[in-house]
Amino acid sequence: MEVLAYLIPISLLLGGVGLVAFIYTVRSNQYDDPDGDAQRILSDEWDDKPKP
Amino acid sequence: MTTGTAVCPGCVATPVDAARPILEDVQIALSLPGIHCSACIASVERALNAHPGVEDARVNLTLKRAMIKAAPDTRATDLIPLLEQAGYEAHELDPGALSATQSDKAGRDLLMRLAVAGFASMNVMLLSVSVWSGASDATRDMFHWISAAIALPAIAFSAQPFFANAWSALRVRRLNMDVPIVLAILLALVTSLWETALSGEHAYFDAALTLTFFLLAGRYLDYRTRAVARSAAEELTALEVPRAIRVVDGVEQEVAVSELKAGDLILVRPGGRMPVDGDIVSGQSELDRSLLTGETLPVFAQQGLAVSSGEVNLTGPLTIRATAVGEDTSLHRMADLVAIAESGRSRYTSLADKAAKLYAPGVHILSALSFLGWYLYSGDLRTALNIAAAVLIITCPCALGLAVPAVTTAASGRLFRSGMLIKDATALERLAEVDTVVFDKTGTLTSGTPELTNLGEHTRADLAVALALAEASSHPLSVALAQAARDAGIKPVSLRDVAEVPGYGTEAIYRDQPVRLGRAAWVGGADGDQTTAWLAIGSQAPTRFTFTDSLRPGAVEAVAGFRAAGKEVILISGDTEGAVRALAERLGIENWTAQALPQDKAARVQALGARGCKVLMVGDGLNDTAALTAAHVSISPASALDAARVASDIVLLGNDLSPIAEACDTAVKATKRIRENFRIATVYNVIAVPLAVAGLATPLIAALAMSTSSITVSLNALRLR
Repeated sequence: MEVLAYLIPISLLLGGVGLVAFIYTVRSNQYDDPDGDAQRILSDEWDDKPKP
Repeated sequence: MTTGTAVCPGCVATPVDAARPILEDVQIALSLPGIHCSACIASVERALNAHPGVEDARVNLTLKRAMIKAAPDTRATDLIPLLEQAGYEAHELDPGALSATQSDKAGRDLLMRLAVAGFASMNVMLLSVSVWSGASDATRDMFHWISAAIALPAIAFSAQPFFANAWSALRVRRLNMDVPIVLAILLALVTSLWETALSGEHAYFDAALTLTFFLLAGRYLDYRTRAVARSAAEELTALEVPRAIRVVDGVEQEVAVSELKAGDLILVRPGGRMPVDGDIVSGQSELDRSLLTGETLPVFAQQGLAVSSGEVNLTGPLTIRATAVGEDTSLHRMADLVAIAESGRSRYTSLADKAAKLYAPGVHILSALSFLGWYLYSGDLRTALNIAAAVLIITCPCALGLAVPAVTTAASGRLFRSGMLIKDATALERLAEVDTVVFDKTGTLTSGTPELTNLGEHTRADLAVALALAEASSHPLSVALAQAARDAGIKPVSLRDVAEVPGYGTEAIYRDQPVRLGRAAWVGGADGDQTTAWLAIGSQAPTRFTFTDSLRPGAVEAVAGFRAAGKEVILISGDTEGAVRALAERLGIENWTAQALPQDKAARVQALGARGCKVLMVGDGLNDTAALTAAHVSISPASALDAARVASDIVLLGNDLSPIAEACDTAVKATKRIRENFRIATVYNVIAVPLAVAGLATPLIAALAMSTSSITVSLNALRLR
């Protein structure tokens, strides 16, 4: 059962990484224009990220 | 922007225009209904960025909108032609009316709490599954402690909306749905902590978190539905940019309507709407008052006539002197009438509130009784508290919390696709109860554009002259006449010296004879109660063209649909008796009233309501606003005045009226689904509650029952799409 000492922190960490990533995407306005973003990846013009 | 000017030596010498407010950067918003792909985005942004005044332009495809950061002297009217050249339809939006220009904070806040609850519940569920599958002793205790460490902060953050709602209800000594929710969450946490401290077998951390997650999902769905409707409604308002042309010492300047003061001289161009109340100082024209009074006959306007804001100037430019602005205008005075109507309207209790009223005390009593019973029976406080917590968690309104929002989201989505915007949360439930439908005439059943009725009474030669004269004017009657004549294959004759006389008509020379098309008094005809235009050729007796208001598409189907569904249809209009009777006969409406004043309309609707009828009011004008408010539920078309749209619960986005009858069906179905969902939730309670009261419920049973009922309820709602 010693393996739990590694596995539990790892599973919590991975979950935490997912949560932090989600919070980052919400904070940086990445859900403001889902349709537009889906189309913009097809555009040749350089486009970094949604403007604040 | 402002800091850069001092650096440039040329700018220092330039005198600063004191009248213009200094802005950091002007935000211009444009509505782009035609864009749909990545090529559209790229070419729109390229076209906008090519303009020297534009600093930055960004297209939002989801909202079909472009937000532009521009230099202060850049105007939307400079940018729209650029886009039209590129092949895109563009309309200016008033950025002040768009709150969605900033990402909405409330929605983001809810989403964040939902995410935290989701991630935490997944992690805790993972640990709980290990406990259910046989972890024991020290391992189980450790898992419970880790669960507690995750659950406590996660719930402290995510369940805040419920805490706040429950507290505000308790403070005024009321019970709402959130009180049992909060009690269940808190009691589950407390007993679970206690159990864990004593190395007990059952902990409900997973249940508390899943509960929060499902309930937040319901809240978020509810919020999204309303946010979509609100943003579409805002766009309608923002399309009417409140600008006016003020004349100062003979110089015209464009200003915001809010800046106008009484005494200002204002120029209103043909086709423009009066921004304020005032008196005409110069110019001659005709005014369309249909939005205020329901009359279709244009009123002749000349110097000295008092005008009200909301009237539309038809033919010639008018200069008016403002007498009342902003809050004092007749538009706003109508708001008093609306306030009176509002106070008379009985507050509607939504199905969810009705359910909560039964449910909340029931749950509390049940849980308190099981606590008392077990305490008296076993004398053990711990067992009794555990069972009371289990009862609260099992009965917790997961399914109830999802039952209404899941259905309204599905139904609103469906209606939105067919062109109806549900603005009010309970509008669907109220629409389902409707048994009487009251229509306004002008602008609602009719489209407000005239239609020629007696083409056959005229000779082709006369029509050719009339067509030539009509083509020289943009007056609505001329446009209708020209359209009808062209459709009949008439070719216009050639005329000399064509001149439009604003407010009267058009005159010209045809084969050395003067010809005129216009108002009865000017041409030499006799006025009737119908909308007419007269044609005089030389010294011949003038001939008459009669017009009727053309029916709005779908009006026949909508009225027929309501009659087929056994609803009573009533027509109440402010227009003349002849015009109203003609329309009523055309649509087969037996119950009609003409020449109704705004207060008559509201009184009639209130009287119907007092008799127990559930009235649906459909109207568009300022004269309808009080009636719209007084009705059980109300619909206005998108072409309605802003005041009427604000007063109504549902806005019809397209031009077609037929979705209204269909919306009633959808509403009835939606209410049926909501009731079904309540029944599903009840059945599940009937099965699970005895187990909990008997002390047989384990956290596993609670988790299974909760998830299955929530999923069943959501799937049932999806059948409506």
